[in-house]
Amino acid sequence: MDVMKKGFRVLEGIAMADLAFEAVGKDLSELFEHAALAVESAMVDVKTVKPKETTTITLEKDSVETLLYEFLSELVYVKDAEQMLFSEFKVSVAKNKGWQLHAHLKGDTINKKMKLGTDVKAITLHQFSVTQDKKGWTARVVVDV
Amino acid sequence: MNPELLRQFSKVDDVVWELPKTFKHDMQVPARIYGTPSIMKDMDDTVVDQLTNVACLPGIQKHAYCMADGHSGYGFPIGGVAAFDPDKGVISPGGIGFDINCGMRLIKTNLKLKDVQPKIKQLVDTLFKMVPAGVGGRGFVRMNPSQMKDAMQGGAKWCVEQGYGWESDIGRIEDFGAIDHADPAKVSQKALGRGINQLGTLGSGNHYLEVQTIRKGELFDAKAAKRFGLEEGQVVVMVHCGSRGFGHQIATDYLNVFGPAMKSHGITVRDPELACAPFRSKEGQAYFHAMACAANSAFANRQVITHQIREAFKHVFKEDPKELGMELIYDVAHNIAKLEKHKLNGKNKEVLVHRKGATRCFGPGRAELAPLYRDLGQPVIVGGSMETGSYLLLGTKKAEEETFGSTMHGSGRTMSRTQAKHAIRGEQLQKDMEKRGIYVRTTTFTGLAEEAGFAYKDISEVVRTMEIAGISKPVCALRPIGNVKG
Repeated sequence: MDVMKKGFRVLEGIAMADLAFEAVGKDLSELFEHAALAVESAMVDVKTVKPKETTTITLEKDSVETLLYEFLSELVYVKDAEQMLFSEFKVSVAKNKGWQLHAHLKGDTINKKMKLGTDVKAITLHQFSVTQDKKGWTARVVVDV
Repeated sequence: MNPELLRQFSKVDDVVWELPKTFKHDMQVPARIYGTPSIMKDMDDTVVDQLTNVACLPGIQKHAYCMADGHSGYGFPIGGVAAFDPDKGVISPGGIGFDINCGMRLIKTNLKLKDVQPKIKQLVDTLFKMVPAGVGGRGFVRMNPSQMKDAMQGGAKWCVEQGYGWESDIGRIEDFGAIDHADPAKVSQKALGRGINQLGTLGSGNHYLEVQTIRKGELFDAKAAKRFGLEEGQVVVMVHCGSRGFGHQIATDYLNVFGPAMKSHGITVRDPELACAPFRSKEGQAYFHAMACAANSAFANRQVITHQIREAFKHVFKEDPKELGMELIYDVAHNIAKLEKHKLNGKNKEVLVHRKGATRCFGPGRAELAPLYRDLGQPVIVGGSMETGSYLLLGTKKAEEETFGSTMHGSGRTMSRTQAKHAIRGEQLQKDMEKRGIYVRTTTFTGLAEEAGFAYKDISEVVRTMEIAGISKPVCALRPIGNVKG
């Protein structure tokens, strides 16, 4: 699978019982969108999630790593607390005093028309990384399923 | 395992392998893995790295252990057991897992295979409808925050008071279905929000509800089986699930607390997922009390599911669940930390035992065991893959002497989820299993493929390993005939 096509790829040989992925982005905003897509794609075939409702997430953290970790953890929280899964992601990440995130996510409450995957229990810090090179940004994330 | 790495172990016993403290410079104790030569050969190298990281944690006692069903996790390996000095040692959410009090429950029936087989599809379809499974998942129990707090303190007892279960269930659950140091004030609003609608739901991943039977020739301890009221051909129901989003959020919350707390306590760890705090510290105690809330909510979850299972059997077999003999055999926690007394250097000492994918398996006579089973030893329910089957075991005195009274919890993976998905399609697996007499319903075919039998170790060999070691002994094997996969 071409990693750039979807913006993420599943990684083998990292987590025996869990799911590891690598997301890429030309900038941090795109990286966060692709990482969100990777988490949602573990739980559902996103093609079956209608963009009916919008949820907004706003966060500010000291580091890019913490910002991504908290953002993805928020998706896991909303899945259980609000029963929401998402298929469209508009994220903007900017450095002000700290690292700030504004995300508009479009999706729907869990329903029978969705082709569901595996429930994500948590975003882990196992081998968690966010790196930058001349092509852009890469994040490596292991999720507990 | 890399042969070079394996050569660094010394053989303590037929199935016990030890790495000395010198393997990593900051190891406090040696590391031990249980396995036959073939289990050791197949075990992934990361288990060794993770287990020896655990052996470096402050206050760890005797050894860091990995049971024969071990595989790599994050922080601790799955199958990991570590006991800490409560005064000088730590508590680590990574040594318990995100799914606090993930565990197994076994319910018997007086039905025989010949009674159930003709109705297996109707039964599994009914169970599938009555026990919500899969992503998100909402249960039928509606609670307000105050009732949720009662549930996280009362556990299975609270459920029985609400009409979900029988009084007799309580004596057949580890810790009688409720740990007494639960403090809802230590639980976040977020955890409450994630958990409040999920009581009575299975979840997904490797969680399941299974209808099983005891095949001819697979009852190994006739005397114990008789005490449990089990015989060949009998049908039982097994449940594998935990504390759902509530427990996952508590683990997440406290990992975030423990990261910065380690700095103030001057602790460094080799992996962020090993984040920990001194057990007696403010943070350590807060997590211990919050963890008990999650553990109790897991007991409550399995209790409500039991109620639904009994209702499903009543619906299908048109008989009262009491008439159907649907008593609990037992309920065990396999992701938890507990204060227990163990013998160290000839003296009884209180230690904080972390079990992550490992089951308490006390031998006969321990005061913690229900009077019903005290002379037998602790019943241990271990879940295999949905294709190959599971076991009921009993704990031993030797386990108390050797592994802080701990044994295996399941079979353990040998293949990643992605590899399994590449090897078979879920739809095909469902058909293949039906041909072999196992009717499966699932919320996700990709998830079903991830749980294929070939992705797991041979559970019989894992059971045999722990038997050779004298840690736990098999009562009977339990073979699947129907499965609800989360």
